[in-house]
Formats: sequence, structure tokens, C-alpha cells
Amino acid sequence: MEMLRLATAGSVDDGKSTLIGRLLHDSRAVLRDQLEAVARASRRGGTGDLDLALLTDGLRAEREQGITIDVAYRYFATARRKFIIADTPGHVQYTPNMVTGASTAQLAVVLVDARHGMTEQSRRHALICSLLGVPHLVVAVNKMDLVGYDEQTFRRIDEEFTDFSARLRTPDITALPISALTGHNVVTRSGAMPWYDGPTLLSHLEQVHVAADGNLVDPRFPVQCVIRQPSYRGYAGRIASGVLRTGDEVVVLPSGRTSQIAGIDTPAGPADEAFAPMSVTVRLTDDIDVSRGDVLARPQNQPHVTQDLDTMMCWMARSPLREGDRVLVKHLTRTVPAVVGRIEYRIDVNMLRRHEAERLTSNEIGRVRLRTPEPLVVDDYHRNRQTGRLIAIDPVDGSTLAGATIRLS
Amino acid sequence: MTSLLRLRHLETLEAEAIQIIREVVAGTQNPALLFSGGKDSILLLHLAALSFRPAPVPFPVVHIDTGHNFPEVLGFRDRYVEQLGVELVVGSVPDALAAGTVRESPGATSRNAIQTPVLLDTIAKYRFDALFGGARRDEEKARAKERILSVRDEFGQWDPKNQRPELWDLYNTRIPADGHLRVFPLSNWTELDVWQYIADRELPLPPLYYAHERPVFERDGMLFADTGFLPRRPGEQVVSRTVRFRTVGDMTCTGAVLSDATGSAAVLRELIASRLTERGATRADDRVNETAMEDRKREGYF
Repeated sequence: MEMLRLATAGSVDDGKSTLIGRLLHDSRAVLRDQLEAVARASRRGGTGDLDLALLTDGLRAEREQGITIDVAYRYFATARRKFIIADTPGHVQYTPNMVTGASTAQLAVVLVDARHGMTEQSRRHALICSLLGVPHLVVAVNKMDLVGYDEQTFRRIDEEFTDFSARLRTPDITALPISALTGHNVVTRSGAMPWYDGPTLLSHLEQVHVAADGNLVDPRFPVQCVIRQPSYRGYAGRIASGVLRTGDEVVVLPSGRTSQIAGIDTPAGPADEAFAPMSVTVRLTDDIDVSRGDVLARPQNQPHVTQDLDTMMCWMARSPLREGDRVLVKHLTRTVPAVVGRIEYRIDVNMLRRHEAERLTSNEIGRVRLRTPEPLVVDDYHRNRQTGRLIAIDPVDGSTLAGATIRLS
Repeated sequence: MTSLLRLRHLETLEAEAIQIIREVVAGTQNPALLFSGGKDSILLLHLAALSFRPAPVPFPVVHIDTGHNFPEVLGFRDRYVEQLGVELVVGSVPDALAAGTVRESPGATSRNAIQTPVLLDTIAKYRFDALFGGARRDEEKARAKERILSVRDEFGQWDPKNQRPELWDLYNTRIPADGHLRVFPLSNWTELDVWQYIADRELPLPPLYYAHERPVFERDGMLFADTGFLPRRPGEQVVSRTVRFRTVGDMTCTGAVLSDATGSAAVLRELIASRLTERGATRADDRVNETAMEDRKREGYF
């Protein structure tokens, strides 16, 4: 069976956790003891109605405050697909947790409250999803029950979002009118919105075409570690993109040495062919110097080897980023020091305009140049999600400071 | 295995777990794997062996023995680590009780609470800087919130309000001073995924996981094995039943379910029809209150 990873996004109180609760509940993925626990907690909460958000708001502080603080992961399956859902927080101060949840998603559902339309947070989240390279976006116009299931309201928000997203690089965007609370168009079709003839949210999630999202064109194999035995020497790693075959000529970067694939060992045994995102061990015909951090590619199809990185960065640390700062950069399996060069601009989230900036403060997005003392082996993010991204780490306390995507000019 | 260069979901989960295991081994100095003898830690150890094949697993296996473990599980543990050629480190709760480094609260039957200090002492003694665990996010709502690489402080504590961002598959293995990492490569596996994998790859499990006859008694809607460690209350009758265990932990807090499933395929069929989660059905330790797991994790539990 195929797997789809999705994330919810949007402002506080737009109903993200309720939507996930509804998806789980109506697709019968909630088991009896979980439902009983939610019913008990709902009674304690006072309203008496079944509060489906309690299915994912698992932390004590979340239950006390009735908000989502950190991303929760939920799992369910239908006859067609298995789903991993990341329920992400809406508050701006928890943006790093939202970024965490959205980064691994293939599809993001951005919720918009039908009464309020697009807010700064829904724009920010759509922008972050685009920056992270989430290929599929669903705009779920929620709480349609509170606007009388009015078609014009839906159309207006759809247009508003289309205008905004014209400047994002998300290839696939779909809008749906739903009510997470009452369940309209989530799993079952709504009789209250006869003017809507598209799919329900669940059927969209089951059908969205994701097979072509991965890059199977450019072979890139970052080496995680070397496996040595008396009569065995292999390079272990997870194929970032493309296909590897026994007999392929390969180039080891950044050194530029060449060799040939002697064999590929997969979890299921030796194979003549392996492809992204498999974890394998590759043997070469020559005993050349290959170590952790190196990347195997094809001599005719090579990534760029560079010490200068032009990035779009989402800064998540509490203290601001300034030119001249020193960070560690982790890219593929290599971690190197880096110096922050020019901060070209920051992006105004509402209008997607560029503003001059000398620094990036917490949860701002901007274009940042980095220089590293050692070369990295990169591709442009729009060509290759795996090899075109990095994280920045604090060299002193080890915390994760930022995520960034790489552009090649 | 695959068609049209697409991975099935089990192979995707397997590839993800192997990547995580290799990345943490490459990025830390002294990792270890926490092994309970349960199906998740057996799967995890199997994936660790696959990650470095044909080389042996390059780190030891740690078992925190509460002294209340099922003997079948201890036997399985010893055979399995010997077969894989890995080193076994045992942190013993009975030894810690005898030495006085931990104390049992009067009347307590579960050693869940005193397991944690023994785990932390074992981590400190061997200077482990990363511990792999088989916890899954679908098990419990606090686990659903934890990062794959989870930073713990010098007291082993999890701070759920201050987790590191974790982006894509770029795992940050830097360890804060005096702290360590807990690493959960099976985060995205569900109970069903684990069983499908076990059935697919024919992984060996302790016999407790399959239907067998056993003297049990009922308490709070759960069936407990009749052992000397869990005194029966008045009115609790021992009866012989055909049961299996969905989770395998301390005998005092792990319940059994009625089952005829004698093999992994039958277990799979049973799970698909089940309307209860594995911990909800069989774990007394999670029933203490709404946030029992979060509270234990804050104290250093897995």
C-alpha cells in the first residue's frame, strides 16, 4: 500500500485538531478506549460535546489551555492509502513546531476560517509549506456551517488564496469547503452545499497523485558510514534521488574520483538496482577513498560543489540572525562550520514583498548567503528537494536554529 | 518487492529507520539500544543488524530488568543477543533495591517508577550518549508528540515545551552538555505495521505474543498472569484461559487478551478487527491518569 504524509496548518482556532479528530473518527480510525478517554475529558472540559481536538492535543499544557503547542502525529489507513498526519500548532510562537511537522509532509491542509478569510498566519503557513517544498496544498475553508454554507464566501476565499499563491512555487493547489465540526465534506459529502461538486477531503487525500513527486532522474547517494569487514567494504546511505545500478560509473564528490558500482546490498539482500528513498549499502570496484559526507553521483550528471550558498532561510531561534554570525550547517550527511554572509532581504508574509533587512528575527523568512570552509555537494532545491536543503545548528549548545533551501543562480 | 520504482509503506518505514540508526551511530560517541524483549525492541534490533550488515551491530544492548519479567522473555533475550553477537548490559532493579540506591514505596506492586532511576544510573555508569528505543507515536498521546531524536537533560528529563525543531530527514545529533539523546527509529510505525513486518520477514518473537494457555485472573477488565508478584485481591479467581499478550512489559502491569492467534498472520487478522488500542487494552501503567505517560517521560522514562 502507498503512504501519504500530510500536515495541517493555519491560525489558532481554525479547527486543525478538530479536523483531524473528524477524519479519524469518521474513517473509523479511533478505537473504543481512545473515544472513551476523549468523552471523559470532554465532560471534564465542560461543554459536554465530544471535543475531537482532544484526540491529538495530548500534552498536559495543551489540555489545560485548549491549544496545540507541539506537533502530534496520528496514523490511519483507508482501503486505498496509509496516512501519517502531523497536527501542527497555529500560534506564531510555535512556528518551529509547525515547520517540524510540515517539513516531512507531501501535502499540507491549510485551514481558513470561513468567517475571517485569510489571516497572517494562514499566509505564513502557506509560505512556509512552499518554502519547505511541500508539493501539494489543500485550502480547506472551514466552519462553512457558521456562514450558512454560503457559496460566495467560499469563492471569495478561494480567489483570495489563488491571488496570494500565484507567487508561491507550489505546483498543486486545491480548495475545498468543509465543516470539521459537523463533518460536512470531510469524509462524507455534504447535502448542505449542493453547489460544490468536487471531492471530499478524504477522497482527495486518497487520490492525490504523489508518485511523481520524488526525483528519480538525478542519482545522488550521500554516504552515511563505511562498513568494513575482512572481505567487505561498503558505503552505507539512503539514496537521496535517482536510481543506482550495478555496473554504473560513479564519481565521488567532492574529491572527483571515479569508480564503478560493483554491487548493491539492500535490506532484502543483494540487488542490481536501487532507487530513492531506499537505504542501501553500495560496493565499488576500486578501493578508493570514500568517507562519511561524500556523495556518489554519475560523471555525466553531477551536482554542484560549492562553498558559497544562496539560501531561503526560515530562522527559528530566539536570538536574531546577523551577518557575520557563525553556525554549523548540516547538509545531507556532512556537517560543516559556516559564516553568515549578506542577508539580502526578508519576506513580508502578508504581501510576499521583499524588505531590506540587517537581521532575521525569530520565525522570519529571508534570503541569506552562507560561506563554508569546506565544499558542499548541492543541487537547486526546485530540482532536488533532498540535496537542496540544510539546517543550521548552534555550534555552542547544539540547538537547531534554522532550516533553509538552496538556490543556484 | 516493488513495482515502477515505488516503495511499499513497510519498505519506506524500514528505509527511514535504517537511516536514523546509521545517522545516530555516525554522529554520537557511545550509543546503545534499550531492549525490553518486546516486539518493538526486537524489530528495532533486527533493523540495527540490517543497518550494518555484514558487520555486527556496533553498540551494546541494554536491558533494565525489573525482576518481574516473564522468564520466556529473558530466555528469548539471551538467545537473540547471542545469535546477533551483540553485547548485553543489564541494569538490575533487584540489585539496585539490594544496594539501596532505589526504594520501593510500601505496598507497590509495579516497579515502573523505580525502573527510571536504574535506567538513568545505567546510562551514567556506561556514559551512553544516545539510547535507541522502540517507542512508537501511535502507542500513546505523549509519545505522539516526541521528536525522533529527543534531547534529554542530565536528569534524563523530557521537556515537551522545549523540543528542538526537527526538519526533513536532517537529524541533529548534537548533544547538550551532560545530556543525552533518546532516539526512536520506529516513531512512524503503527502496531499493525510492526506485525505486518514481523509476518513478512518471519521475525522470531517470544511465545507470549501468540495464543497459549495460562492461569490468569481478571482485574479492571484486564487479564493478568497469576504470578507471585501481583497479589490477588479478594474475589479475584484464577482461571485457565487461552490468551496472548499484545505488549510485553513488567508482569505486574501487562495484561493479556483472549486470543486463538497462534501465528503472526492470525494476529494480524485479530488486530484488524480489534476496537481497542494495544496500551488501552493491556497496560495498567497508562491508566493512572490522562497524562501518565507524559509525567513518566518528564522523569526520564522512555
